[in-house]
Amino acid sequence: MSERRVVMTGMGVVAPGDPGREAFWDLVSSGRTATRTISLFDPAPFRSRIGAECVFDPERAGLSYQEIRRTDRAGQFALAATREAVADAGIDPGVSPHRIGVSVGNGVGNAISMEQEYRVVSDNGRAWLVDHRYATPHLYSYVMSSSLATEVAWASGAEGPATVISTGCCAGIDAVGYGFDLIQEGSADVVLAGAADAPIYPITVACFDTLRASSTSNDDPERACRPFDRRRNGLVLGEGSAVFVLEEYEHAVQRNARIYCEVIAYAARANGYHMTGLKEDGREMGEAIIAAMAQAKLNPDDLDYVNAHGSGTRQNDRHETAAYKRSLGEYAYRLPISSIKSMVGHSLGAIGSIEIGASALAIDRNVVPPTANYTEADPECDLDYVPLTAREQPVDTVLSVGSGFGGFQSAIVLASIRDTARGAHRRRVAA
Amino acid sequence: MSGDVTNRGRVRPVITGLGAIAPTGNDVAAHWASARNGKSALGVISRFDSSGYPVRVAGEVRDFIAADHVPSRLLRETDPMTHFALVATRQALNDAGVNLADYSDLDLAVITANSSGGVEFGQQELQKLYQEGPHAVGAYMSIAWFYAATTGQLSIRYGMRGPCGVIVSEQAGGLDALGQARRVLARGTRMVLAGGTDASLSPYGLVCQLANGLLADGDQPDRVYLPFDSGAHGYVPGEGGAMFTVEDLSMARARGVPRIHGELVGYAATVDPRPGSGSEPGLRRAIEVALRDAGVTPGQVDVVFADGAGVPARDRQEAAAINAVFGSRGVPVTVPKTMTGRLYAGGAPLDVVTALLAIRDGEIPPTVNIADPTYAAELDLVRDRPRPAPVRTVLVLARGFGGFNAAVVLTAVD
Amino acid sequence: MSELTMDSLKAIMLRCSGVEEGVDLGGDIAGQEFRDLGYDSLAVLEMTSQIQREYQLEIPDEAIEELNSPGDVLRYVNDRLTPAA
Repeated sequence: MSERRVVMTGMGVVAPGDPGREAFWDLVSSGRTATRTISLFDPAPFRSRIGAECVFDPERAGLSYQEIRRTDRAGQFALAATREAVADAGIDPGVSPHRIGVSVGNGVGNAISMEQEYRVVSDNGRAWLVDHRYATPHLYSYVMSSSLATEVAWASGAEGPATVISTGCCAGIDAVGYGFDLIQEGSADVVLAGAADAPIYPITVACFDTLRASSTSNDDPERACRPFDRRRNGLVLGEGSAVFVLEEYEHAVQRNARIYCEVIAYAARANGYHMTGLKEDGREMGEAIIAAMAQAKLNPDDLDYVNAHGSGTRQNDRHETAAYKRSLGEYAYRLPISSIKSMVGHSLGAIGSIEIGASALAIDRNVVPPTANYTEADPECDLDYVPLTAREQPVDTVLSVGSGFGGFQSAIVLASIRDTARGAHRRRVAA
Repeated sequence: MSGDVTNRGRVRPVITGLGAIAPTGNDVAAHWASARNGKSALGVISRFDSSGYPVRVAGEVRDFIAADHVPSRLLRETDPMTHFALVATRQALNDAGVNLADYSDLDLAVITANSSGGVEFGQQELQKLYQEGPHAVGAYMSIAWFYAATTGQLSIRYGMRGPCGVIVSEQAGGLDALGQARRVLARGTRMVLAGGTDASLSPYGLVCQLANGLLADGDQPDRVYLPFDSGAHGYVPGEGGAMFTVEDLSMARARGVPRIHGELVGYAATVDPRPGSGSEPGLRRAIEVALRDAGVTPGQVDVVFADGAGVPARDRQEAAAINAVFGSRGVPVTVPKTMTGRLYAGGAPLDVVTALLAIRDGEIPPTVNIADPTYAAELDLVRDRPRPAPVRTVLVLARGFGGFNAAVVLTAVD
Repeated sequence: MSELTMDSLKAIMLRCSGVEEGVDLGGDIAGQEFRDLGYDSLAVLEMTSQIQREYQLEIPDEAIEELNSPGDVLRYVNDRLTPAA
């Protein structure tokens, strides 16, 4: 059986700032940032008080009262993104629900609801033997992040394979990778694949405080996240969701679907030595990139753009820069590499999908989004990070990478299906 | 349309090592000794004072002292769900006779299922946050509570650096982890550590579960969890799970594996339609696709390890699905979970362990406490005593809250 | 607040993070690096967070980077516990 190809035919995004795919692209292609002082709770007692929040009203996003009641903020983002993606793709009613799968990435579950409900049943932390009589009937859907996959399935009518992929901050890439596998192996013809997370709440903010991993530029929140910049001082938490309609290529062509890009390779590797640490030499992320490039049968100079993990911590950005040099050689110096986390923050399990969204739009629109706030070069990070301003250029092939707690590293490669000279070159190499 | 046939490569995934931490025993032998003899491990919750809760009976892992098995450095930064997985993994690796030094670390991967996260660890840290303030939250909270904690820690402890994964689909997740292990093997990884554990019997963990309205009340351990019985009124929660080593048959033989417990020949997953849609639930389709994937006819299946929700409406769905595929009393059906409760992400992996031992010993372990079977005309339920029978091919079913269905087909390997 | 002694520091380390197999905290560990004692960056953060709570002082990021051994911690903390007056 010939290899089944997988293309993206629909996209929905709820990212920091205004909701919707176009608002998201408008933000990240303009170099503006959505990082602000946290408004979801009073951040005064915290070390880092900055977040990139979604300006999101679930009713305005079209969610029903019952959907709003039974879902956490993360689920609400996922529902809104799913509906936008399905409408965008216009999935043909002839597709059997049995052939539609669901794969949702998530890092910290329904964390806001778990924390809010904990406060109630424990009487604000007083009782260890928490009182079940005060629990919401939806609490079980909160404790299991799998409820996110259920919601996406119900919203899209899917009845094929469905699951949540929860590999920490790589989940947004791994979930798309899982959907890619489902289609490629023939378990589904269409997959709603994406991710959602809503971590901006006291317990998660306290966790990053304790790890001293989040930015303390509390006086200058709009410029707090500075990936690859010499003065970077940590990540800024974000939130949101991106959901895609992935589809088997022939299926998409037959129904004349608009195609954003093809998913041509996906690989994941683990570091195997530390839950949060990364070595300076960039080995593990380099390995994930090498594996994905080999699977895609690409040479480094086939890439037009790298959508970086670029969290803005000292450790990550150094590791990542080294990884590009290890895996892409000299070409790493000539390749535009940017981190949209400078603008939309780090939404943990969701960000991998949000970044895949940016990568697909970069291909779709032939624009490389910039790294905002990058003003001062760091000798340890000496590549082309596309400072401040987007670049209009042909974009046919994009690598997007992620790295997360638990020691996960993932890489995915997207390519245009345009028959450009660059695309033709890539296909010749692959043949 | 391509139909349901998958082009998943020519890998033949075999399970070569088993490890289990379960209410029925803290290793595979102890679990099997209880399960084959119909010895239930359900009891009144002892971990904390459960007298104020409407649900009192659970399947607790007993006499498990994590510090006896897990180094103290690791113990402090992990939840019990991860302790169970660490110990079950050690057992599985020993059973498989694996020398990890023979492998490149990139040839090894870990895929676990999880359902509730490290909810006990999480409750402790939430308590500190709200009683003392943000500064009191410990550094390990960020790596102990989340669903990926177990896969991450196993990957580090055993130096497994290939494509690792974490699956959350409630009770179905344990089978989805095996399905993912097969994919990863097909892409060239040489050995996958797969399975799942959960440990949600802490106060907040229990209260989260109570909210689903499906837990059985009552404090008589032999009268609470009664799947396919006229007295069915919910299920009993349990904790623990199982881990496996999974590798390709030819590679397992080439390294001189001590024993092959069975081959994973079929797997399928579906999700139920939205409630109220009027469409049929997805379980029958999961069974049919898994059998087709396995190239096995219903007549070749020697026993079905049912999901056994213990909730009347769900039992009815499952009985109908089994009946539709196998015909009335067409295959022996058993629910050993009646002895352990439902272990969430650990439940289906434990059933897979039990199923593989049933193949080994030619004995179907029983379903216990069923006094008045509701579906006696449709289901040939193996009750109370083990049933000797040649067992070559087993179907294991799992259904997760929220509509997830998964099925695997396992066979003996000659 | 009374001074932080080596014994109380060891107790904090044990309570927070346990001890690595094969490491003896009973000996003279003042000059040994945390890394060599089996305590990684998370363990050091967990320890400093405990010390901040128990001794009610704030240890800034830059200071943590310099805390490589138990002796460093004792010096840092006790210098700052000395009454200013």
